[in-house]
Amino acid sequence: MSKIGIFNWHRLFKTDKFYLLVCASSLFVLIILFAITVFLLFSAMPALESSQTGLLGISWYKSSEANNILDFCLPLVFSTILSSLLALVIALPVSIGVALFITFYAPPKLAAIASWVIDILASIPSIVYGLWGIFVLCPFLNVFTGNLISSPPRVLFTLSIVLAVMIIPIITSIIRDIYTGTPHLDIEAAYGLGATKWEMIRLSVLPYGAQGAMSAAMLGLGRALGETMAVLIILSPGRSYSFNIFGVSSHQTIAGNIAAQFPEANSLGVSLLTVTGLVLFIITFLVNWAAKKIAKSGVANV
Amino acid sequence: MSKISSFRVNLLSKNGLKSKVLFKNIKNNRLSKFIKPSSRVISRQRRQFDNFMKVLIFLSFIIVSIPLVSIIYIVVANGLTQITPYFLTHTMKGVMGGFSPFGGILHALVGTILITLGAMVISIPIGILTAIYLVEYAKGNKLSSIVNTLVDIMSGVPSIVAGLFAYSLFALFFGPTAVFGISGSLALSVLMIPTIIRSTQEMLNLVPNQLREASYGLGVSKFRTIIKVVLPTAFSGIVTGVLLSIARVIGETAPLLLTAGSIDSLNLNLFSGRMMSLPVYIYNEYSQGLAVCTNNIFGADCLSDIRMQRAWSAALVLFIFIIILNLVGTTIKKRILKKRGK
Repeated sequence: MSKIGIFNWHRLFKTDKFYLLVCASSLFVLIILFAITVFLLFSAMPALESSQTGLLGISWYKSSEANNILDFCLPLVFSTILSSLLALVIALPVSIGVALFITFYAPPKLAAIASWVIDILASIPSIVYGLWGIFVLCPFLNVFTGNLISSPPRVLFTLSIVLAVMIIPIITSIIRDIYTGTPHLDIEAAYGLGATKWEMIRLSVLPYGAQGAMSAAMLGLGRALGETMAVLIILSPGRSYSFNIFGVSSHQTIAGNIAAQFPEANSLGVSLLTVTGLVLFIITFLVNWAAKKIAKSGVANV
Repeated sequence: MSKISSFRVNLLSKNGLKSKVLFKNIKNNRLSKFIKPSSRVISRQRRQFDNFMKVLIFLSFIIVSIPLVSIIYIVVANGLTQITPYFLTHTMKGVMGGFSPFGGILHALVGTILITLGAMVISIPIGILTAIYLVEYAKGNKLSSIVNTLVDIMSGVPSIVAGLFAYSLFALFFGPTAVFGISGSLALSVLMIPTIIRSTQEMLNLVPNQLREASYGLGVSKFRTIIKVVLPTAFSGIVTGVLLSIARVIGETAPLLLTAGSIDSLNLNLFSGRMMSLPVYIYNEYSQGLAVCTNNIFGADCLSDIRMQRAWSAALVLFIFIIILNLVGTTIKKRILKKRGK
């Protein structure tokens, strides 16, 4: 009688005021997410309803030469996903390496230092990463690329390296936690079969952590997709479906575009930016949801 | 022998922390040294590959350290030039181009602190109460699994989307010029709430069940058990979580760029007018580029790269904030984990 549906109704109304309070606060979490969706939709409405001629009143929409909103969003989506995937490709092997280093290779003191490095990297603000990208990484890359690409190389490739550095701590700390949880029996069994250390890792640690690593990678991807300041500072914006990651002025991400155009946007412009923000929200939602699903289906829970 | 079997039993338990601690013990006891095969059995090829991977793995650590070292170096080296008492106690009001007086970050510092305090006021009660609900009241029921999923989704919300949300919420009620400090606080709290919930959950789970049971056994109500027994036990852990979540959001730029805007003078009111914050200050100074010093009609000192100097110095101040928050947070956390693990 007392438990009907998701609430303990009896408790809710008869006895415990505190129960009411904690219930309300967890419902508030639900409400916030609901509100994010509703308010973004609400704010996006004018642009979605507006005709092409109305939209042409926005200067940067006009100069983008898009035929409709979808046409406007897709190159942004393309660049966002391309830069994040590239960042992930760079970050994942390094993260796995560092996680293995911390759990299996480093002596305890060095492992502690490595963990500290990861923690500090995770907490550096994105604006500082952006400044680092433009003032340190760009000149550094310029030494190698010279005049082959633009100087400074404010291209997607540089951005992806910075994004990779930003997501490495996230991926590493998750993978590290999973690797430390590898059943010791598996490790002993591998050694018992005469495996070397690397063979032991390949036989017992990597398979055990595979799903967790996938999930961590998705979470890292989700973070890279929404990164704003590094994009805003490093990338010289453009619109194309080009896979040329060294091409100047050929990419711009959703988040970077919002931050770049927002200060000067009129109300319809803000509305159009909200549409792109909504698209970003949906993409990150899907990526994080996939991460959660992968983690749940695996042995290790993230 | 008995030691090893106790490892096995404990590793079977789902408590990740326990197995982590035990794993460390195994490492420290150097058991793995005994179960390693002697190198003579292994062919040269396999041994070489093993060494190759070892080098690669060490290399990955070095690769990760390079950006950190170079970031710390560049922020400290460039930032120290401008950090003076003057810089910390003056705003940018009346500062022109690259001319002296060079101005400071007081308004940004105060803005960051106020906006973060606002975000704390919103997110700490919600975060802690939700965690209490999830751990103490609703383990495994339907609402808790929904809320758990939502917290995961919420922690994946991009910061710029949080900014857009806060902006559109306030724009709906106060018109499109609604750019307030509190709007920034709301955006930051969207980012803070999930981290606070997760860390508080973790800490509440660390509270031994015996304590709760002992309290119930004395006839104490659930509410009083939570307030008098569970929360005090987990208190320092919860504080740690809050500190780390502040460290996470204090450097957020994009949402504040959208919601709190930028301004040259001090604003102490969260509920009206634009409010500068440190990250936005850094971006602002960076984006204005070099100052022009050739036409020096004032006869004052002029530095053409003063804006970049200010940006680096502000970045250093922000950096120090974050490092302190992190150090305090992680030290407390380590101490707790050590205490609970044993």
